Amino acid sequence: MAGDLKSGRIVIVGASLAGLRAAEALREEGFAGELTLVGDERHLPYDRPPLSKQVLLGQVHAEDTALPRRREVHAKWKLGVRARGVDPIGKRVLLAGGEELPFDRLLIATGTRARPWPNAEEDALDGVFTLRTCEDAAALAAHLSAGPRRVLVIGAGFTGSEIASACRERGLEVTVAERGPAPLVGALGGAFGVLAAKLQIAHGVDLRCGVTVTALTGRDGRLAGAELSDGTRIEADIAVVASGAIRNTEWLAQSGLAAGPRGIACDAGCRAFNMYGIVTDDVFVAGDVARFPHPLFEYQMLSLEHWGNALAQAEVAAHNMVNPGPLRRPHLAVPAFWSSQFGINIKSVGVPTFSDQVVIAQGSLENRRFVAVYGYRGRVTAAVSLNRAKWLEHYERMIETAAPFPPEPATVEPAARAPVPSNVPDPKVLSHGPTVSLTGYLPDRRLTLRHWGG
Amino acid sequence: MKIVVDLNRCQAYAQCAFLAPKVFKIHGEEALTYTPLAPADERERIRRAAAACPVQAILVEAEAGPDGG
Repeated sequence: MAGDLKSGRIVIVGASLAGLRAAEALREEGFAGELTLVGDERHLPYDRPPLSKQVLLGQVHAEDTALPRRREVHAKWKLGVRARGVDPIGKRVLLAGGEELPFDRLLIATGTRARPWPNAEEDALDGVFTLRTCEDAAALAAHLSAGPRRVLVIGAGFTGSEIASACRERGLEVTVAERGPAPLVGALGGAFGVLAAKLQIAHGVDLRCGVTVTALTGRDGRLAGAELSDGTRIEADIAVVASGAIRNTEWLAQSGLAAGPRGIACDAGCRAFNMYGIVTDDVFVAGDVARFPHPLFEYQMLSLEHWGNALAQAEVAAHNMVNPGPLRRPHLAVPAFWSSQFGINIKSVGVPTFSDQVVIAQGSLENRRFVAVYGYRGRVTAAVSLNRAKWLEHYERMIETAAPFPPEPATVEPAARAPVPSNVPDPKVLSHGPTVSLTGYLPDRRLTLRHWGG
Repeated sequence: MKIVVDLNRCQAYAQCAFLAPKVFKIHGEEALTYTPLAPADERERIRRAAAACPVQAILVEAEAGPDGG
């Protein structure tokens, strides 16, 4: 049995971080069969985090972000080719253009794409961008270099905030429009959002919260400005739509898999569920497109748009694809992400949105060096550091062991700090999509989010 | 040569920024930025930087390079 699993045909759909790391892990685990990677972008796997940072600052060319390999993968690469379906009975991936790829096991790692501006005519104006791919970043960086008078960023999640930060660092005028009450609230809650807003304003961002952009206006096919829901108008040469991501699952509509807008549901071992909730044994999922139960968060289904999750989940999926049942591993990694913006380094472990309270456990807001610890019903569920990354590991262990919240004070400052509500908003009120989605236990419900909304 | 740093792991010890300052830089207090595609003449400095990283967060592409195909 085990011998069989090390041979045969494996197809990986999605040739980005998760797909590449899975391919490497398959070979590392001794898979000696035929390996094919399918990617709709024409590039070999590249790293996306620099696109909103070094690339926009003009320090790195967008094309120079190819990911280093850990080892040779001896794979057949089908790049610039879109998968348009899966035949689960015939065990074939159907490609645009008609080709069919037979498989014994399939890994789906199709990730997400940027949510476009909803009005197609306005979206087509020269100067309107999204930021997800290498081409997006190259085009946006070139436009920033041309010295626009003002950049409008729509959505103040991590991507939007990093774009605004890069613009300010380049000395460009920038307006950020966010429907929610503050930047980053979708991921870090309201208490953190207040600080994020101050930071943006201190760095010269024209921050407009509680508003939506109702129209992008053009002149001769070029973006000229925008109209906001509060009746104001702004002039801008560039608008970057940073309204979150859409999971690439539409191509699976006829596959019988549990695939939908929140991702593809899978078990803790990355095996996809079919639409009846029955686990498949030959279709696996990893990365941004996966929706998986996590024991640290009450087995709620989680979707994580995190670099580190793509890596860790790809390794677990690959391991489980080539090992029999008893040797399979669960994907239990504590979620983690980072962001650098406005000269500060934000790092997070756990799931800050899975919280009811937050406390500054170490450091201080005033110095902009601290760790905020999040709790849910009396246990630690997340920690976020600002310019204090070295302190996070301690809290990661507390999350893993469900340590009591609030934690013992780890500060010499006399003022005991009281936890305050973390004020995690309902994602529906935000311009930026949440990068962490707690999607409840059922495909059509978001139980925890409703509690927060109330 | 291609580089990627696992910035979840990075704790800004900044060894890399001392050993290969053209490639790795600390931006602000502790945000690391780096050049993902570094010139070949940095090879030795990058190798030292990767080896010196206390949390082993730097991945440099293996000498042989990818199979490409």
